[in-house]
Amino acid sequence: MVRSESSHEAREVLDADDVQRALTRIAHEVLERNKGAQSVVLLGIPSRGVPLAQRLATRIGEVEGRAVPVGSLDITMFRDDLRMRPARGLGRTELPDGGIDDAVVVLVDDVLYSGRTIRAALDALSELGRPQSVQLAVLVDRGHRQFPIRADYVGKNLPTSTRETVQVLVSELDGSDAVLIGGTEGDDSADPSGEQGGSV
Amino acid sequence: MTRHLLSAADLSLDDATLILDTADELARVSDRPVKKLPTLRGRTVVNLFFEDSTRTRISFEAAAKRLSADVINFSAKGSSVSKGESLKDTALTLEAMGADAVVIRHPASGAPHTLAHSGWIGGSIVNAGDGTHEHPTQALLDAFTMRRHLSTISGRKVVIVGDVLHSRVARSNVLLLATLGAEVTLVAPPTLLPVGVGQWPCEHSYDLDASLVGADVVMMLRVQRERMNAAFFPSVREYSRRYGLDADRMSRLADHAIVMHPGPMNRGLEITAAVADSDRAVIIEQVTNGVSVRMAVLYLLLGGSDSALGGDQ
Repeated sequence: MVRSESSHEAREVLDADDVQRALTRIAHEVLERNKGAQSVVLLGIPSRGVPLAQRLATRIGEVEGRAVPVGSLDITMFRDDLRMRPARGLGRTELPDGGIDDAVVVLVDDVLYSGRTIRAALDALSELGRPQSVQLAVLVDRGHRQFPIRADYVGKNLPTSTRETVQVLVSELDGSDAVLIGGTEGDDSADPSGEQGGSV
Repeated sequence: MTRHLLSAADLSLDDATLILDTADELARVSDRPVKKLPTLRGRTVVNLFFEDSTRTRISFEAAAKRLSADVINFSAKGSSVSKGESLKDTALTLEAMGADAVVIRHPASGAPHTLAHSGWIGGSIVNAGDGTHEHPTQALLDAFTMRRHLSTISGRKVVIVGDVLHSRVARSNVLLLATLGAEVTLVAPPTLLPVGVGQWPCEHSYDLDASLVGADVVMMLRVQRERMNAAFFPSVREYSRRYGLDADRMSRLADHAIVMHPGPMNRGLEITAAVADSDRAVIIEQVTNGVSVRMAVLYLLLGGSDSALGGDQ
């Protein structure tokens, strides 16, 4: 993964407090939209979607007074660009005890870009059960969609050029919370389909 | 990048860890109602078996099918091989059919290596046991099973007992376990240890009882009578008295120690039925884990544009 610092200085567009506030707002929106959290299951997409999902679950739990099931959904094996680069290690898929049948599944990811990750996630989900509905929460929506996919809950809409990089840092994995936008990377990153994690 | 898995010695610590970690995630797929992933859709895996096998062939077949690959099973019996077709012509036939991977078991040591480096075939070659040489996926599934029970492999004491001379399982295990940092001791009568075992990255001993002290893993090997063309030990009874694992020897093991066997077992020869059916024996679990580990190997070799193994991390 290319760190954006390599070409131009990365600019912080959300600081730790902004990230906290965005997650709190998303937690409330999830509750409002679903009229509570009775059948909500949060599934984070590795790697950075997982801690974000856990934090959303904590916040929803605080508001509702009861724990919300949370898990993770690895999409590596369902990616459509699997054959375009060397095979890579897998993330963890871990469903909460109740499974996802008839649940309202909220997928949680850090950055929404081409939409290919979410398409793969929908495929992965269909192997695991039949949710009542699927919603999508992302911390950053940076545009440039290549699929008819939109997020239901967005922390921040971030208009970007495809030559820029957006990087989400979460304290669980990176030591601090922030959203960084980096300068031009050259032509390598011009294709949003190369989206992976939070660093593109 | 290495497109083939021919020897456990080819695996670096990073490679081996990647395979075991991937197998850990894939093992979870086996617990789901839909035990299938789309990852190798459209790829063809040929099981090329020149030697009898039950669990290895079924295990590779299950692994490839769970990853949605097309599987062609080829066994030498009932094929043109029994009419005298050479390995080369068989390989060219498979190449013409578009095999993306060939899983080969062959009685001749080095046959997978020949296939991989001959240019007869373009796909990945996976060694599923060649003669008395190597059986790398067995070593990987053994390491996987040890890791699941003991959580770490580094520093663990592994005792491998029996017919080391004819055992490709022992050789692959010694090489892989050395990479993973375990302390391996081979125990066998002098006639069943290969020449040059002193150069292997392990200890060796002729005394089973002394070697079992402090062991975390005891791996019993099958006495391969079909490969024995001479008298390697005086009698079956003497062999099982000195080198067999019975309930008495097992009772002296530490509480956490596990008993392994690559199968098929000669009950009453290298292992008694009481031990084979005891709680400590993880022999059936080894078979289950074999599928996950072989899925990981096939995925890492074939899943991407290039193999994920042998990188220069």
